[in-house]
Amino acid sequence: MKMKVFRQGGFLHLPNDNIVKTIGVATLLCLVCSVVVSGAATMLKPKQVANKLLDKKSNILTVAGISNPDKSVDELFSRIETRVVELSSGNYTDAVDVESFDQRKASKDPEYRIDLSKDKDLAQIGGLSKYANVYLLRDGDAVSKIILPVKGYGLWSTMYGFIALEADATTVSGITFYEHGETPGLGGEIENAKWQKSWAGKKISDASGVPTLQLVKGIVDTGLAGSEYKIDGLAGATLTSNGVSNLVQFWMGENGFGPYLEKTRAARSQARLDQPLTSGKG
Amino acid sequence: MDLVSLAVKSIFIENLALSFFLGMCTFLAVSKKIQTALGLGFAVFVVLAITVPINNLIYQNLLQEGALAWAGLPNVDLSFLGLISYIGVIAALVQILEMFLDRFVPALYNALGIFLPLITVNCAILGASLFMVERDYTFTESVVYGASSGVGWALAIVALAGIREKLKYSDVPDGLEGLGITFITVGLMALGFLAFSGIQL
Amino acid sequence: MASEAKKALFEPLVANNPIALQILGVCSALAVTSQLSVALIMCLALTSVTAFSNLSISLIRNHVPSSIRIIVQMTIIASLVIVVDQVLKAYAFEVSKKLAVFVGLIITNCIVMGRAEAYAMKNGPWHSFLDGIGNGLGYSLILIIVGTVRELFGSGSLLGYQILTPVSEGGWYTPNGLMLLAPSAFIIIGLTIWAIRAFYPEQVEKPDFEMQNAHNAPAHGAAGGSH
Repeated sequence: MKMKVFRQGGFLHLPNDNIVKTIGVATLLCLVCSVVVSGAATMLKPKQVANKLLDKKSNILTVAGISNPDKSVDELFSRIETRVVELSSGNYTDAVDVESFDQRKASKDPEYRIDLSKDKDLAQIGGLSKYANVYLLRDGDAVSKIILPVKGYGLWSTMYGFIALEADATTVSGITFYEHGETPGLGGEIENAKWQKSWAGKKISDASGVPTLQLVKGIVDTGLAGSEYKIDGLAGATLTSNGVSNLVQFWMGENGFGPYLEKTRAARSQARLDQPLTSGKG
Repeated sequence: MDLVSLAVKSIFIENLALSFFLGMCTFLAVSKKIQTALGLGFAVFVVLAITVPINNLIYQNLLQEGALAWAGLPNVDLSFLGLISYIGVIAALVQILEMFLDRFVPALYNALGIFLPLITVNCAILGASLFMVERDYTFTESVVYGASSGVGWALAIVALAGIREKLKYSDVPDGLEGLGITFITVGLMALGFLAFSGIQL
Repeated sequence: MASEAKKALFEPLVANNPIALQILGVCSALAVTSQLSVALIMCLALTSVTAFSNLSISLIRNHVPSSIRIIVQMTIIASLVIVVDQVLKAYAFEVSKKLAVFVGLIITNCIVMGRAEAYAMKNGPWHSFLDGIGNGLGYSLILIIVGTVRELFGSGSLLGYQILTPVSEGGWYTPNGLMLLAPSAFIIIGLTIWAIRAFYPEQVEKPDFEMQNAHNAPAHGAAGGSH
């Protein structure tokens, strides 16, 4: 029956409400569309993955202060050492492969995820991976900067970024956000290079080690005592500013990188005592 | 995340219509009378409450990277098919809902009838599914999110219809009559809803 | 015939603007207009999707059974949007991060669907293609107006270049934060519609209800809804 229809004048000449034609058109359309869509997706996939990686690397370079438009990102990135830290103990770990470890995926993987109770969850992220990446910028043998991945909830969605610390693990050297959904121009000013620069030289915590660095309303008066623990708030974006404060305090605190930073500080002062003559200035 | 705060957040703070501008075409076109606005609002609520969880299941079990591990394909990432699957689910569901209502609840069908086809192309429906994926909601969260963002959208359109019913007695400048003044009204409503964004949950 | 093509291309710009007159495609338009550069990419994406969906739908229009008409259009549009989304992710990564879900929402943008149904199903491929471009440009026009106003007064810059130096950078301009928030977009569009209708008085909608003594003209009927 079907073949007969085909022979008499062909498929395209069937009336449009014919069931064979309806199914035929639908199938053909699906076929064409699926070829186009999967073709585009597969062809562009490597480029998209490369873009994401490049974006992450260049953000790490920017926050480390060594980005240079004349040199390739990969070349510059060779100065950065990627390590994985167990957050609770603050020790480097080899439990996972550094190259393939994806912190964002791990934070959803039940094998690695730690759920946070509401009173601990300052950054409103629900939970985090028990291992975290740290990136170390080396100057010869000595570590000159420590770059830590951070995330926290702003006004609309989760903000992802990096904080760079000097070798003393207390002084901030830079901050950057590479993914966020804040209102452009208000909360979105967390991308503003000038504001990001104002973080340099601030201290995340005093001698006690409890993180106190926060964003305050308006402009910080640098003449006042304690101004090194305060950063200019973002005008018109109180909730984003609070989000950033919480994010810093969470990740630098005991549930975040606190133990790791504590160990780094201790190791450093130990090294100072051992070799008082080496210049330890970061 | 606490489910109650998620609900409050998606009804008021992140209202699909007034802070993400989703579903605007129907929002502006079908808000002249409270009665019709209520009908449309309810239809959007029903469709959202069903499609968001269904799309969540599709995403979690078929499309997400590594989701096909049960089929022996752990490295397949089909997330690029998301858009077409979600809109397919929505279009099919709206069609099924239409037939179901026609057969079993004719009263509701007559009330909603004309709005149902409109809903397929309502950005709020697809938007909610896309936000659900972007924010990584679990299944339970997606149920709450779908239903409460539907409530939020319905609330916004009924409120706008209420204002427009009163507004028709005002003497609006000629060029602003109709669409122009409606836009401005929605702008002022959105301004009001901004006040909710200060709520800490 | 040339004038027909011209009409398809230019009419949607002002005289029959999809946003201002047909209330189509407003949804995604507003959320991406707080920065002009993002708005421009969105215009480009939407214009190409509308043009190509019109073209392909018009090519197969005589063979589409009417029972599956809508789903056929939807599938074509969705496929085109996925392709555009993938291309943006590969070649305009920064912008695609900012547009996020709004590229996907082009699928439900009523302009694309509306033009496919109203024009491409009835006209030849070439004119449909032009009609798609024309409507895309009409949409772009409004987006660019809104984007310009919002970025200029909200951040004092255009396309990222500082035009009005804000106080925080040592200048004189205090940025108007409201411009960057959602409500301003509605108000700007409302005023744009007013401006367009001042030039095209025939577009003015009849009020549903009129005070008898407010005007000398007799009251209009209650059926004022034009859309």
